[in-house]
Formats: sequence, C-alpha cells, structure tokens
Amino acid sequence: MSEPTEELSTYTAAAEVGAVRVRRGRFERWWLALKKAPLSAWFGMIVIAAYVFVAVFAPWLAPYGEAEIFRTPFAPWDETHRFGTDQIGRDILTRLIYGARNTMGIALVTTLLSFLIGGGLGLVAAINRSWLDQLLSRSVDVLMAIPSLIFALMLLSIFKPSVLSLIFIIAVLDSTRVFRLTRSVAINVVVMDYVEAAKLRGERLGWIMRHEILPNIMPPLVAEFGLRFSFVFLTIAALSFLGVGIQPPTADWGSMVRDNASMIQFAQYDFKAGITPLLPAAAIGLLTVAVNFVVDWFLHKTSGLRDEH
Amino acid sequence: MHPVFITIIKRLGLGVLTLLVVSAIIFSSVTMLPGDFGEAVLGQAATEETVAAFREELGLDKPAVVRYFEWAGAVLKGDLGTSFSGRSASGSDRSRSVAEMIGPRLKNTLFLAGVTAIIAVPLAILLGLSAALFRNSWYDRTVNATTLTTISMPEFFVAYVLILFFSSLWNVFPSLATVDPSMPLGERLNRIALPAITLTLVIVAHMMRMTRAAIINLLASPYIEMARLKGASRTEIILKHALPNAWAPIATVIAFNLAYLVVGVVVVEVVFVYPGIGQLMVDSVSSRDIPVVQACALIFAGTYIILNLVADIIGIVTNPRLLHPR
Repeated sequence: MSEPTEELSTYTAAAEVGAVRVRRGRFERWWLALKKAPLSAWFGMIVIAAYVFVAVFAPWLAPYGEAEIFRTPFAPWDETHRFGTDQIGRDILTRLIYGARNTMGIALVTTLLSFLIGGGLGLVAAINRSWLDQLLSRSVDVLMAIPSLIFALMLLSIFKPSVLSLIFIIAVLDSTRVFRLTRSVAINVVVMDYVEAAKLRGERLGWIMRHEILPNIMPPLVAEFGLRFSFVFLTIAALSFLGVGIQPPTADWGSMVRDNASMIQFAQYDFKAGITPLLPAAAIGLLTVAVNFVVDWFLHKTSGLRDEH
Repeated sequence: MHPVFITIIKRLGLGVLTLLVVSAIIFSSVTMLPGDFGEAVLGQAATEETVAAFREELGLDKPAVVRYFEWAGAVLKGDLGTSFSGRSASGSDRSRSVAEMIGPRLKNTLFLAGVTAIIAVPLAILLGLSAALFRNSWYDRTVNATTLTTISMPEFFVAYVLILFFSSLWNVFPSLATVDPSMPLGERLNRIALPAITLTLVIVAHMMRMTRAAIINLLASPYIEMARLKGASRTEIILKHALPNAWAPIATVIAFNLAYLVVGVVVVEVVFVYPGIGQLMVDSVSSRDIPVVQACALIFAGTYIILNLVADIIGIVTNPRLLHPR
C-alpha cells in the first residue's frame, strides 16, 4: 500500500492500483496469530517447547547416565540426587530427563506412522470410492469395535513386547481413527472442480493427493495430529505402566510410576519421597494438558469446529 | 411394519455380525503364534511327546475354520478352554479352566463398575445440566477447566494422587482394594472406595462435557428461542423444553461412557490390586497365557460392542424424526 503523505503530490489512482501489494511474510503472519493467542495456548506452547528442549538435549542436561546404578536404592532427595533414587538405585531426575526423550520420541514416531498409514489409506479411499473404499471402511469399523487398549494388550501377548512391536501395534490401531477423519474431510474436497481438472490433465494419483487434496484438508489433520499424539502418548504410558510396554532398562515415565509406586506409602514420614512416583505421572499429565490447550486454540482459529464443547 | 423396527433390526444384525468378526479376530490370534510355542509354555525340558500332545489338545492339527467353530460353540456353552499356566515339561497338568478363573473376578469387576456407574451417572447429568444452565458463568468455567484437566491426566495419576491424600497422608480408605466374597457389603464398599472414586472422576468428566454439549446444542434451536421470547424462565426452558428432547443424546452419552469404563477399569484394577478381570488380563499378557487373554478380550470387546449397540438403539428409538416419518 502507498503512503498518502509522501506521495500526495504525485498521487494518481492508477499508481495506487498498479502498486504491488506487499504480502506479509510467513513468520509475520505466524507472529500476528501468536500475539492473539489466549493465555492457555501460550502456556501449552511454552510447556511443549520446554519438553522438546529437554528431550533433545537429554544427555547434556542429565546429571548421570540413563541406566547408571548407585549404591543406595530409594535414596532421599538431596544435593547428589535431586529427586532421590529408585528401587535399584538409579537417579530419578536423570531417568525423568531421558524418559522425556524415550516416551515422547516413541509416541511421536507412532503417531507419524499412524498418520502415514491412516492418512494415506483415507485419501485413497476418498478418491477411489469403490470396492476398495468399502473394504477399508468396513475393516476399520470392525477394528474400532474393539477397545484399543484391550486390542493392544491382546496383540502384545502374541508378539513379544519390544519398542518396535509396540510402535507398530499402536500405530495400526490408531490409524483407524486417522483413516476415518481423513476420508470424511477428503471426500468433500475430491468432488471439487480443480481435482477433476487435475485428473483431466492426466496427473497421477499420488500427485493429486499431495498437491490438490492434502493442502485443503491440512487444518483438521494438524489438529487431529495433536489429539492423536496425546492419545498415543497416554496409551503407551498406560501399557508401560501395566508392564507390557517399554521394557527396562530404557527410562520411561509409565514404568517409572509402576516401579516406584510403593514409595507413596511413606508420604506421612517423608513427604518428598512420597510424591516421587507422582513426578513422572505429572510429567505425562502436564504434556497432555499442554497439547490439548494448543489444539483447542488451533481448532478455534482455523474452523471454530469445536466452538461449543 | 414400522420403519423404526427395520432400522433397529438392521442395527442388531450389524451388531451380531461385528461380534462374530471380532470373535474370529480374537480367535485367530492363536494361529498367529510362532511355531515354538509349545516349548515356550511347557519349558525347555519338554519332550517331543508332551509338545505333540499339547499341540493336539489345542487342535493345531485341524484346519483353522473348523477350530474356530468348535471354539465359538464351546464359548457359547460357557466353556472358555483351559489356562496355559500350571503345565510342566513332564506332561503333568495342573492347569485350571479359564471359566473357573474368570467367574469370581468378573463378578468383582461388575461390582466395581456398577458402584461407579451408580455414583457417576446422576452426578454427571446434574453437573452437565447445571453447567449448561449457568453457561459461561464462573461455575461453568471452573467445572469445565477441572474436567478438561481430569480428562488429560492418565488414570493412574489420578489414582495415585487419591492414594497419596486419602490413604497415605490421611488414612481414611485402604490403598489396596483386596476383596473376597465373604466380606460384608459395607466392608467391601470401603475397600473399593478409592478405585470407584478414581473411575468416577474420569467418567464424570467425559459424561458431563458431553451432556453439557448436548444441552447447549439444543438451546440453539428455534423452538427454545421461541420459549425465551414468550418469557419463560431459564430453569423452565431447560427442564420443560430442552430436557425432554435431550434424553436421547444423554442416554447415548451414558451408554458410550459405560463402554469407556470397560477400558478404564483395567488400569485402575492394577493400581489398586483389585481382583477383577482387568488385572487378570494384564497378568496373563505378561505370562503369555493366551486362552485367558482371549477370554478376557472377548468379554471386554463383547461388553463394549453391546453397550455401543444399546446406545445406538436408544438413539434410534427416541429420535422423533425416525418415530414419526413423513
């Protein structure tokens, strides 16, 4: 836009119309959106950033090694062990820091995989709309009829619990939800004229998926990614807590709660020791709350989809 | 025939079909087991004969389809097979029947779930209604923020916080929910207080939010606007105009959340060492006792499917648009 004060003397209507309008840069637009974000969203983003920082720099932040064992198990909180040690003498703070890396990393990989499977198949089903769509949709219906924690438990009794099988099982079970969402939003986009035009131009299926449909269904998928991530994160934590998820010596928040749970009985003698098992559980809860806050704000901003919930 | 009946029959048929397919999936998990399975159960020292006898007992020499129908027929008669535990390499067999292991535990789980439902359902509806009534007030906001936080927390966190405060610091309830059938009812209720409160907190949060959303959705419809314009009070609008139409969504919400309770019960039972089938299932997964896992999965999945079916049917039956088609 032209500045009227400077150019008043040489002002012509044609020049104003002809002037190139400067578009706001991507970062500028993000910053504007962020400035308007409510307090809860800011809180969520700061918490997530802190978690990511801890996860990435875990080896530098942690005072000791991930599986390093010290002489005194159940040591109280002091200078050498900020949050004490666990049942076989590993430093709790160190395990909390490494746990951020392991638990979040595994949940992230799982969510990405489930979006790859569910999103890809959902798009194919939405474009195809024939027997393939029917087949996929009906199998998803059946898979969703079994509660996913129960299904995961059953599959884990067959395949030996390992990180890989855990990621794969949960990703497949969770991809059913992604499939449903992707299919239902993509169906409305597939019928658009520009998709038809791309088909007539002779573009390949993969190209149409990536360039015509995906950009138009991004906002609900991004929001769903946040929700699915916290769900996957809670499921993995619950499975590890039940002792069939992430296996020792890998530090993980869910199994840390399980291992140290007995310390809660000593709360009346040493309150700090008593709340030690709650620390990893609180870490899990705080991250889920943070993700939920950010997703809530994002949904409000992009669509108002969840206006009244 | 009334069109509603056709819809219901269709939905029932779909439900039965889903149950069949799900049972087939649960059954086929045995077929996916690795080959050295017999040795894994019987131990390294098992002789070839005992392994062969074990495989024959599982029926692994017959085609899978035949085995499925034999298994499904036995399940319908209440025979869930025998557990893998208690078998040894020498061929001696002290294993127990799965039905015998599950029976008393299923009763315990149903008792816990029942007590939770009796507390949670009225509480959630009351909270949801009042939150919708005083929408956007400080009361509504507090209830909303609290429930959003409870939903985001893992069940075991809620459970341990309750143990910390009500058992460890201030000893009012026991932290271990060990019950046996000989206990009087009062004692049993005291023992399961903490697990029931944990489950209630989680369920009420979900149910209350959904009830509130259902009512607020209704409040946006034109006939409510009409009632408001003719001067009806807020309470009157909610109780006389909105609620009769809200029963269907609320009933759906209740059935849906009771189905959710099925899953929540697993983690809570493990935290409080409650002798229910959730804990049995987790133990059996660790020891890879497949028949028990299958039976528990079948019970959980069956309950879940049936409750969802009931929710759908209530939704169909109470929908005025389906009851009085044009």
